[in-house]
Amino acid sequence: MNNITNQELALWATRGRLLAVDAVHTAASGHPGGSLSCMDALTTLYFAQMNIDPADPKNPDRDRFVLSKGHCAPALYSVLALRGFFPTEDMKLLRSIKAHYSGHPDMAHVPGVDMSTGSLAQGTSAAVGMALAAKAQGKSYRTYAICGDGELAEGQAWEAFMAAAKYHLDNLCFFVDVNGLQIDGATKDVMPTEPLDAKFAAFNWNVVKCDGHDFAAIRAALAEAEACKGMPTVILLKTVKGKGVSFMENNAGWHGKAPNDEQFAQAKAELEAQIAQLEKEVG
Amino acid sequence: MSGKIATRNAYGKALAALGAKYPKLVVLDADLSNATMSKFFAQEYPDRFFNMGIAECNMVGVAAGMAAAGLKPFTNTFAMFAAGRAYEQVRNSVAYPGLNVVCVGTHGGVSVGEDGATHQCIEDLALMRAIPGMTVIHPCDGYETEQAVEALLNFDGPAYLRLSRPNTPIFTDELEGYKFEIGKGVTIRDGADVTLVATGLMVYKAMEAAELLSAEGVSARVLDIHTIKPLDCELICKAAKETGALVTCEEHNIIGGLGGAVAECVSGCCPVPVLRVGVEDQFGRSGKADECLAYFGLTAENIAAKAKAAIAMKK
Repeated sequence: MNNITNQELALWATRGRLLAVDAVHTAASGHPGGSLSCMDALTTLYFAQMNIDPADPKNPDRDRFVLSKGHCAPALYSVLALRGFFPTEDMKLLRSIKAHYSGHPDMAHVPGVDMSTGSLAQGTSAAVGMALAAKAQGKSYRTYAICGDGELAEGQAWEAFMAAAKYHLDNLCFFVDVNGLQIDGATKDVMPTEPLDAKFAAFNWNVVKCDGHDFAAIRAALAEAEACKGMPTVILLKTVKGKGVSFMENNAGWHGKAPNDEQFAQAKAELEAQIAQLEKEVG
Repeated sequence: MSGKIATRNAYGKALAALGAKYPKLVVLDADLSNATMSKFFAQEYPDRFFNMGIAECNMVGVAAGMAAAGLKPFTNTFAMFAAGRAYEQVRNSVAYPGLNVVCVGTHGGVSVGEDGATHQCIEDLALMRAIPGMTVIHPCDGYETEQAVEALLNFDGPAYLRLSRPNTPIFTDELEGYKFEIGKGVTIRDGADVTLVATGLMVYKAMEAAELLSAEGVSARVLDIHTIKPLDCELICKAAKETGALVTCEEHNIIGGLGGAVAECVSGCCPVPVLRVGVEDQFGRSGKADECLAYFGLTAENIAAKAKAAIAMKK
């Protein structure tokens, strides 16, 4: 789907935002803030970048994706549903006892999920393992992952990044969703993880920075990652937590809280207006 | 076979010997390959050996990713770090998704010796068996270890393999009809008055205790429970019914390990006295391996004394 336009990607991402916020509202719990901030990168991966087939989700040669910031499952599930891995109606079952769309990604039950995550930073190691397995088996698939900037306070992430550099995993590309906020407030106050560019460079990674809501920039960064040989690439995405819903934007309070009926009505109206505008532009 | 070998050593050699037969096998270590004995595999198959440095949590997570991509990883470090430091990675990255990783913890128990309490893990069996769906194996000698390694290579799912540091006698190779099967205990010696239910290097000490008891006219059955989970409850309940008293023998805290598992089992099928020989809820200490085992009462004499006490408790 490399010929998909950036406008079309924006449309899918906005549909994904509505689906995710709707699901969190229906579940009456979940994590909308970070789901909205990483939605554009996720949409780019699944609609423009990764070699995947919703009809064959376990193909051993497929590209892999690990959502290390697993609490953003509403975003991943929305993109997987829109991409055709399971019906979008299933999003109503997010976090429900009636189904297995658990609060954090579950590879054993949800089609298209490549790794169970949720305990922060554990996905970083798993992604390194998948990339290392590709090298060990002479396979050409690529592994992608998204982690949060707050998540990078976990020491395990840096253990994983060290290992990725040791094994020259140029088939591995991480996004860091740098939205600057986490549950207890601003990342710079809770535990500063910046400067991330200098840290990753010191860990022998290829570092690319871009606007996490600019599809052309994300695609260019992914192309740069693919072209880089001999070392893994990290793409530092400057993002807005809660992106696309005015009252959620840049507000740490929306990290892990569901909107009430009134708030959801407003979010829905805002996102539907964006979708209508994008549909007009896409034509 | 005869003589002595450390189970970690038998393990390392078995892994290297089976490398050609199992091409999906990959081996990870955390800078302890000379102690865990994964070095033998590393020498034979350098392209399938990954030294992840002193970073056990990442090692387990990387193994999970490799398993998700179709490989069969064995991770290697000391029991303390395999089950302790990386507990949550084993739980959430390996066991919860049901991934095909064997987490190997060498240097289990107080027989680590001189390194002392920080390196003497006496909680790993409890921690690992508490994880849903985890298989937990603790072989009693070098021959059984070899059998366990190949069984685990043919096994699909998360597993923990506990091994020991010191050289210990090899004896299962000479047992008539011996067959290793995950989840099936082995009756090493028959007896009618009491059953010694043992695991790891304590199986040999239980055999010695049975000899001591025999000299006093007490007939002790000895079970080798190499698989702590799934526990062979059928064999243990049969022993409880037929001998009326049990003594568990393990190089582990008496809380939560084999003793706990056996008590849980017989409480549901045949509640008989269960006395536990193990480390009595205290941290280890430095000393030579045999001195440490003796210090904590992990001896044939103590097992025999506990056996007589258990028999006295029968109704």
